Amino acid sequence: MNLFYIAWRNIQQRGLASVLTMLSMALGVTLVILVLSISWIITESFARNSNVGYNLIVGAKGGPLQLTLNTVFYLSKPIEVLPYEDYLELLPGSGRAEEIARIGGRIAEPEREGKYSLYMSGGFAIPVCLGDYLGPFRVVGTKPEFFEQLKYGEKGDLDYEFKTGRNFLDYSDENGYFEAVLGAHVAREMDKQVGDTFKTTHGDPEGEGHGQEFTVVGVLAPTGTPNDRAAFINLEGFYLMEGHSRVFEDLANPDEDKSEVAPRDIDQPPRLSLEKRDVTAVLVKPGRGLFAMQMQQSIKKSLRAQAASPIEEIGTLFNNFVNPVKYTLLGLTIVVCVVSAICILVSIYNSMNERRRDIAVMRALGARRDVVLLIVLFESMMIALGGGLIGWVFGHALAKLCSPLVEERTGIQLGFLNSITSVELLLVPGLILLATLAGIIPAVVAYRTNVSQHLSS
Amino acid sequence: MLEITDLVKDFPLPDRSRLPVLDIPQFSISAAEQVVLIGESGGGKTTLLHCIAGITAPTSGRIGINGLQLTKLSEAGRDRVRAARIGYVFQTFNLLPGFSALENVWLGMSFAGKGHDRNRAVDLLQRVGLSNRLHHKPHALSVGQQQRVAVARALANRPTLLLADEPTANIDPANQQKIIDLIRDCCREEEVAMLMVTHSMQIAEQFDRVERLEEINRVHPDEAAQGDQE
Ligand SMILES: Nc1ncnc2c1ncn2[C@@H]1O[C@H](COP(=O)(O)OP(=O)(O)OP(=O)(O)O)[C@@H](O)[C@H]1O
Ligand SMILES: [Mg+2]
Repeated sequence: MNLFYIAWRNIQQRGLASVLTMLSMALGVTLVILVLSISWIITESFARNSNVGYNLIVGAKGGPLQLTLNTVFYLSKPIEVLPYEDYLELLPGSGRAEEIARIGGRIAEPEREGKYSLYMSGGFAIPVCLGDYLGPFRVVGTKPEFFEQLKYGEKGDLDYEFKTGRNFLDYSDENGYFEAVLGAHVAREMDKQVGDTFKTTHGDPEGEGHGQEFTVVGVLAPTGTPNDRAAFINLEGFYLMEGHSRVFEDLANPDEDKSEVAPRDIDQPPRLSLEKRDVTAVLVKPGRGLFAMQMQQSIKKSLRAQAASPIEEIGTLFNNFVNPVKYTLLGLTIVVCVVSAICILVSIYNSMNERRRDIAVMRALGARRDVVLLIVLFESMMIALGGGLIGWVFGHALAKLCSPLVEERTGIQLGFLNSITSVELLLVPGLILLATLAGIIPAVVAYRTNVSQHLSS
Repeated sequence: MLEITDLVKDFPLPDRSRLPVLDIPQFSISAAEQVVLIGESGGGKTTLLHCIAGITAPTSGRIGINGLQLTKLSEAGRDRVRAARIGYVFQTFNLLPGFSALENVWLGMSFAGKGHDRNRAVDLLQRVGLSNRLHHKPHALSVGQQQRVAVARALANRPTLLLADEPTANIDPANQQKIIDLIRDCCREEEVAMLMVTHSMQIAEQFDRVERLEEINRVHPDEAAQGDQE
């Protein structure tokens, strides 16, 4: 009869007490798994957004964090806007002149290149207009490049894909300027498919409705980014809606000597002319990453604009908000581990009194001191292992059960196994080890049992 | 086979003086011999058995078992000798409650490092009349049956010496004799020497050799009491 069997029999002998101890251990591990899963979801959802696919967000002067929250996460209060002219300065090469020719309007020096065109050659600048809502979701007015140029994912190597349909077009024969693409979550929540139409509301979810209808031409595959929770409409269509054009047209650069440029494509319906356009933000990726800093400094000096570095802002957000929560959760799990270990200790220790006699009998049968010590250690090890395993499976099963909910909210899939974190691989065996070590105290009691005293009493 | 010379055992007292219990100049048992030990309560019979079994270390003196000097061994060494050569039957609570009768006998084998011999365990339980109780847990056995399992377990490792400390004190008179006969018969068959402590003169009378502790021990209970006061 080996020592493991003897230990197992002792566990059986204590019946309910063993089961309860194992259960408390299992609950401890379950809690650890759940806490780690939550912390993993938080980290993961931020990690996915840490690489937004561009280096700078150019917007009106104000707090860079607010600009980032607005542009990346579609959160926080609406912010000031920039004139379209400022966006044109960020276009690479002859992009400025071409855009002016395409749209038409009053502008000074329509032929020259943008101020930052040198930095921008090889990069891109995508305008974003916020302010409207589709149900509770933000509507983003932007250009088709948004889904062509931007990438997402932790490494920033994933292309946006369409679950159904296609990207919206700048102009299409069937829908004109009024095409839209929906994020996966929005499509599901609002119950919209390709071909459906919707109207946006102005200002806030309960705001006044716009009359203009947009046709859904594509639904994005889930990305796990805030873009799942946004509706994207063509910028041109956005500008044509009531209340989206600037009232005082020359507020932007009143002193400049402006000339009128006629739009090139006369067979398309007229677009809102340049001087009446505003943008909330411009997503900028310079030709080289190195240029981002220089551009940021330069833009800072301008009167109206600021340039926020989303990575920096998200990093700040992470350090100030997410990390403390994460470490608190982690600290909590460590407390849980210690409590579980103490549970095992108390349970076995309490049973020691009634078991001294058994130990004395085993010693009388020739069991050495270290043998009885091992038996008790094996007992705590088996309880720890058994409870740990049950808790581990249970915890992951629970996480898996909550997975659809989490995926819906964050786009992160919690498989049974794919959410196993490196911390967990350390913490759970650590907990089992700790619980086993807790067995040392009763084991030493067993080791020290005075045989003759307990045999004769 | 058992050879005791100048065995002294005393216990430390809280006031740092020592309580003398045993001082035995000479005591021996030959192979397969059956000896009964009687004496007054508190005289030191259990203490003597513990010393022989190596459960307690004597203060001084020598205990030889089959020529092996127990007193020269470490505690672990004495544990090994006990596991291999000595069977022990106590007055009560012999069995481990979590294990069946058969497992209790195996337990007696496992600490000697021999692995368990199922056939021998079954044979022994059959010998003590419990072949239909192999898988019963102690709580499902009568006190007498438990004691029989204890006898089987004590013999499991083919010891050379069986120590029995009042094995029938908790058993009803009708069964006492049966247990005694069983122990004696088994020891005879297995050629195991036996030292049995009893308070019953009726049982002691049946033995060829009866030792009174007060006769072999130079410490007497009243003396010990005096020692107490010193
Ligand atoms: N651990 C100990 N510490 C101090 N004194 C002890 C210890 N163990 C036994 N004694 C003392 O040693 C003496 C002998 O005890 P022992 O149990 O050997 O007597 P006994 O002959 O077996 O008695 P009984 O017939 O009642 O079982 C007693 O006075 C007892 O109080
Ligand atoms: Mg006694």
